[in-house]
Amino acid sequence: MNKVRASVLMRHEVGLHARPSVKLTKLAKAFESRIDLGLSPDGPWVDAKSIVKVMATKAPKDSTIYFRAEGTDAKDALDALVTLVDGDFQDGR
Amino acid sequence: MSENVGIVIVSHSADVARGTALMVEQMVGHEVPLGWCGGDPGGGLGTSVEAIMAAIDRAWSESGVAILVDLGGAETNSEMAIEMLPESRRGRVVVCNAPVVEGAVMAATEAASGATLEAVRRTAEELTPV
Repeated sequence: MNKVRASVLMRHEVGLHARPSVKLTKLAKAFESRIDLGLSPDGPWVDAKSIVKVMATKAPKDSTIYFRAEGTDAKDALDALVTLVDGDFQDGR
Repeated sequence: MSENVGIVIVSHSADVARGTALMVEQMVGHEVPLGWCGGDPGGGLGTSVEAIMAAIDRAWSESGVAILVDLGGAETNSEMAIEMLPESRRGRVVVCNAPVVEGAVMAATEAASGATLEAVRRTAEELTPV
C-alpha cells in the first residue's frame, strides 16, 4: 500500500468553515484511499471523508493543513486535495 | 443501488424549509434528490402529513430517503407519513435525530458520495449533542 503525506497553507478567508469543508470532504470521498487530515504534522488526525469531523476542526485562515493517505490512489488524492486548498476551494466538485 | 439517497426537510415554517433546501443546493450541489415542506395548508406554522408524503415522493430514490425535522409535530407527522407510504417504500425512509439545518447539509454531503441510507443517517446524527 502506498503511504503519502502532504501539507498546504490554507489562505481561505474564513478558514475551514461550512462550504470549504463540504468541498474538501466531497473530494476526499471520491478516492478509495484512507485519508486523514490534521493541523499539525503529528496529528491528531481526523477522517477527511467525515464532514462532521472536518468541520469540527474549525481550522482558521493561515493554518497549514496536513494530509496523510494510504491506498492505491493515495498520491492522486493528496494532489487533488492540495490543489483544492491551494486554489482557495474554487474548483470543488 | 447507484442512486444517491434523497433528503427531505420538514419544518413548521415554509421559510425555514425553503432556506435549508437552498443551503443544501448551494453548499452541496444538485446531485442529491431533495424535497422540502413547511407550514400548514392555511399558510400558518405547522406540518402536514400530505405535504410530507409529497416531499418524500419528490426526493424519492431507490436507495432510500432521509428526513430531517425540526420540532415535535414535524417528527410525529413524518413518522405518520412513512407509515402511509406503500409497503415497498416504507422500509427505506428514516427520520434522523439531528438538527434540521446542520443535519440536512451533513446528510446531503454524505449522500452525494453515494453512501447508504444508514451511513447518511449516522452522519447527520453525529451532530446530535450527547
